[in-house]
Amino acid sequence: MSNRLLIGTQKGLFRIARDDKGRWAMHDSRFIGDPVSLVLSEPGSRRLHAAFALGHFGVKMQRSEDGGASWQEAPVPGYPEKPADIEDKDPMRGIDIPWSTQLIWSMALGGTPNELWCGTIPGGLFRSVDGGDNWTLIRALWDDPRRRQWMGGGYDFAGIHSILVDPRDPAHITVAISVGGVWTTHDAGTNWTLIGNGLRNDYTPPGMGENPLMQDPHRVVQCPTAPDRLWMQHHNGIFVSDNGGIDWRELTDVPPSAFGFAVVVHPDEPDTAWFVPAAKDEQRVPVDARLVVTRTRDGGRSFDVLGNGLPDEPAYDLIYRHAFDISADGERLAFGSTTGGLWVSENRGDDWQCVSTHLPPINSVCFEMD
Amino acid sequence: MSIVLRFTPNLARHLDCPDARVAAETLHDALDQYFRQNPSVRGYVLDDQGMVRKHVAIFINQALISDRIGLTDKIDAGDEIFVMQALSGG
Repeated sequence: MSNRLLIGTQKGLFRIARDDKGRWAMHDSRFIGDPVSLVLSEPGSRRLHAAFALGHFGVKMQRSEDGGASWQEAPVPGYPEKPADIEDKDPMRGIDIPWSTQLIWSMALGGTPNELWCGTIPGGLFRSVDGGDNWTLIRALWDDPRRRQWMGGGYDFAGIHSILVDPRDPAHITVAISVGGVWTTHDAGTNWTLIGNGLRNDYTPPGMGENPLMQDPHRVVQCPTAPDRLWMQHHNGIFVSDNGGIDWRELTDVPPSAFGFAVVVHPDEPDTAWFVPAAKDEQRVPVDARLVVTRTRDGGRSFDVLGNGLPDEPAYDLIYRHAFDISADGERLAFGSTTGGLWVSENRGDDWQCVSTHLPPINSVCFEMD
Repeated sequence: MSIVLRFTPNLARHLDCPDARVAAETLHDALDQYFRQNPSVRGYVLDDQGMVRKHVAIFINQALISDRIGLTDKIDAGDEIFVMQALSGG
């Protein structure tokens, strides 16, 4: 059971620890002033990876071998030289897509020793087989002509924010793209299939809403013990899949709202998942300014609205994709908000403890793995 | 010819980037020499395609460079190159 949290914020990295009385509080801070986009904890060791998006000096990576007490700069996934004869423009804006890492938006441990996957804006997927010392762009996905139809969603350019590694098969990788749908490979990246029957959106012109390429999955997670079960918080609502993302069904009766960014799934109970809703896409605050978490325990047939310990006063917190995490045993949850609030639950969301309401805007919340 | 290369103190927050003297005729060659001695600095100044990062500015003496893509600006002995964070974005 993890007693430590790593919080990546717009102005530094914070370590939060639980004391023996059950209080979660600030342990220490690092990299104050620097935007941290993501933190990844490796199970079975105290190795951490942190990704930065320095405003002036670009994307950087740091690695720790001691749970965050000390850090060393690590190599950054980089794009190859762009051939002069290739035109590569964002279809929405008509501007050149930079062949340069803009943001590290997702990281996942691979299924073989020292294997890591990394998803970026502007849409490149990278793989390392040596723990992050070297990165290789997955060319088959980057060079797929359908990538030219990916669009930025929130950011200027498209990006990969979710990477699912099938625990049964390390070569079976599924990624989700804003905005570019869900893609899967069964050979570690050589061949890719665009999947997503049943996904739909309301934001494209009539006739395009069910095009898998036009989907904006905000976040997709996979149940580790039932890997065919995926949960998706989509721009248009909540979807669930029972066959690894090939087919999806939409859950429409979700109180108080099916809009949001973050989702987590219980590691052993594929029917149990949590969301943090916002009102709707054009009003990204909690419904009626009441911050709540929603939970289903029956595969989406019904939802509990959980607010015990969350603010009683009006709250305008928004929870980003990677700012919601669940502990490896499925008992503890933690989420952080764009307005610097951080909450922890030790009983699957029934009750929440406020850790802080004064942190910088939170990009990433991560339980340190034991 | 001897060119002085200096970096904003804001960069020293992140890594060691000592001032240096190089001999070169273009900005590209001057930076290239510097990065060979200080390879970790390259990614802070240039992007993956070798262009000056969007929010980095480079001055030769007191004038902004004109070629942020190819770094073809000419330099002469006694010039001073200064790399700073642009006062935008970030």
